[in-house]
Amino acid sequence: MLLLGLPLAWFLLIYLASLVLLLVTAFWTIDSFTTQIVQSWDLSNFQLILTDPTYRTIIGRTVWMATRVTVIDAAIAFPFAYYMAKVASRRTQTLLFAAVLLPLWASYLARLYSWILILNHSGVLNWSLTSVGLPPANIGYSETAMLIVFCYIWLPFMIIPTYAAMERVPDSLLEAARDLGARGWRTALDVVLPLALPGVVAGSIFTFSLTLGDYITPILIGPGTSFIGNVVYTSIGIANNVPFAAALSIVPVVIMAVYLVIARRLGAFEAL
Amino acid sequence: MEGLWTRIALRVWVVLVLLFLFIPIAIIPIFALNASKVQAWPPTSLTFSWINLTLSDPDVVSAIGLSVRVALVTTAAALVLGSLAAFAIHRTNFFGKDAISFLLVLPLALPGIITAIALRSSFTFANIELSIWTIIIGHTTFCIVVVYNNVLARLRRTQGSLFEAAADLGASGFQTFRDITVPLISTALVAGAMLAFALSFDEVIVTTFTAGAQNTVPIWILAHLRSGQRLPEVNVVVSLVILVTIIPVVAAARLTGGSGAARVRAGR
Repeated sequence: MLLLGLPLAWFLLIYLASLVLLLVTAFWTIDSFTTQIVQSWDLSNFQLILTDPTYRTIIGRTVWMATRVTVIDAAIAFPFAYYMAKVASRRTQTLLFAAVLLPLWASYLARLYSWILILNHSGVLNWSLTSVGLPPANIGYSETAMLIVFCYIWLPFMIIPTYAAMERVPDSLLEAARDLGARGWRTALDVVLPLALPGVVAGSIFTFSLTLGDYITPILIGPGTSFIGNVVYTSIGIANNVPFAAALSIVPVVIMAVYLVIARRLGAFEAL
Repeated sequence: MEGLWTRIALRVWVVLVLLFLFIPIAIIPIFALNASKVQAWPPTSLTFSWINLTLSDPDVVSAIGLSVRVALVTTAAALVLGSLAAFAIHRTNFFGKDAISFLLVLPLALPGIITAIALRSSFTFANIELSIWTIIIGHTTFCIVVVYNNVLARLRRTQGSLFEAAADLGASGFQTFRDITVPLISTALVAGAMLAFALSFDEVIVTTFTAGAQNTVPIWILAHLRSGQRLPEVNVVVSLVILVTIIPVVAAARLTGGSGAARVRAGR
């Protein structure tokens, strides 16, 4: 118990206390003249978030982006993970695993910045397209740019759990499916997909949650539209309205809580 | 077991995904050598002069110095706290054990901005002035779990009979720890430490909210990306950060057979 005392104290005193304070702060307000925090309990922050159409639009936009990113990443990751787990040789498997780990760890800002260099007007993409005779894409600083970049940054988070779940699908099941006359893609859809689903859902927890909370990608890559994270950031950094930022930051937490309950039903926790 | 065409299609897909994953990372070092001040592709000629200029820029040098100091202290703190927690969770079975291991993973599961503003508002509330120490507290909070995960995974794979054998042969608790436990978990500790260092060195969201006037390397990069100034220097600094974040993961993967670095990375 002594061993646990130190790290536990750190977490209880610093982290958990901060989270609780954040929750409490969400019910406070600031005095609009002095910008001092008024410690009185009321629901005005939450009322504003739920009734003001601006915030509803922003929340909707963020959730919609997170949903698209999750679906696209799952579609990209599934065949890749299938190849890794069920087709590749042991050696290739190890190499591919390392190849997914590297971009997972390589600096987050670096990976964002590289897409500015690729997508901007005189960037790599436009140059590549025009040099093969196609019209330039010109998608720098657009909604599409953000979608591509979000999919890019969080892709490894989807591949790894999907691969891990597929690796646990016994080969004997695939052989049985083949003996019963199922063709390759049929086996993939009817046998591997249902069994690997917890892995895909586990991956989706990351892609969804990470997109919900990110505010730097919209700032650097997007056309200037706000996501939940951006409003939280400006509420603190510019307006210095910590109570409102706290209330707004509870929105992604609640969305994730609902998401986790569903994920748990789908067996994603065993696949984490 | 797949048809020939399915296999070919899968291979092509894998190659495309690998290109998608690696082309962006490969581009930045090329831009770092680009002689032109304009960030346009393709580079007209290559030069090392931006690298020299960047490494003699006092702002960059002081940002690197601060990031290294923060990452070193964070790593040390995370090593101590993370391995203590792993020992405790591994050894004992008590009520609330699941809740505690959940609590440890929470900073990774929640979006980074939540951890960031939670810490920021409690620093404000407690009248703690933002400094290098508030950055370190923020980083340690999410780096503990990296060490914890690595050490716990190693302990779980270690057979308990080794410790019993040591005890049967008359080793004291400390001797068992020094001669059996430490050698067994040493590579997991090194791997965890390197990953914690990389994570701290690259962290931007929690740092934005817990730093006062200090500039760490990611903060410096972000500020210049937003203002669009000194981009040739940004190319060099970003290339450096890629190196600092990639080397530890390669080493850690070798030390733990890949499993160490695969365990959840913070998305912050």
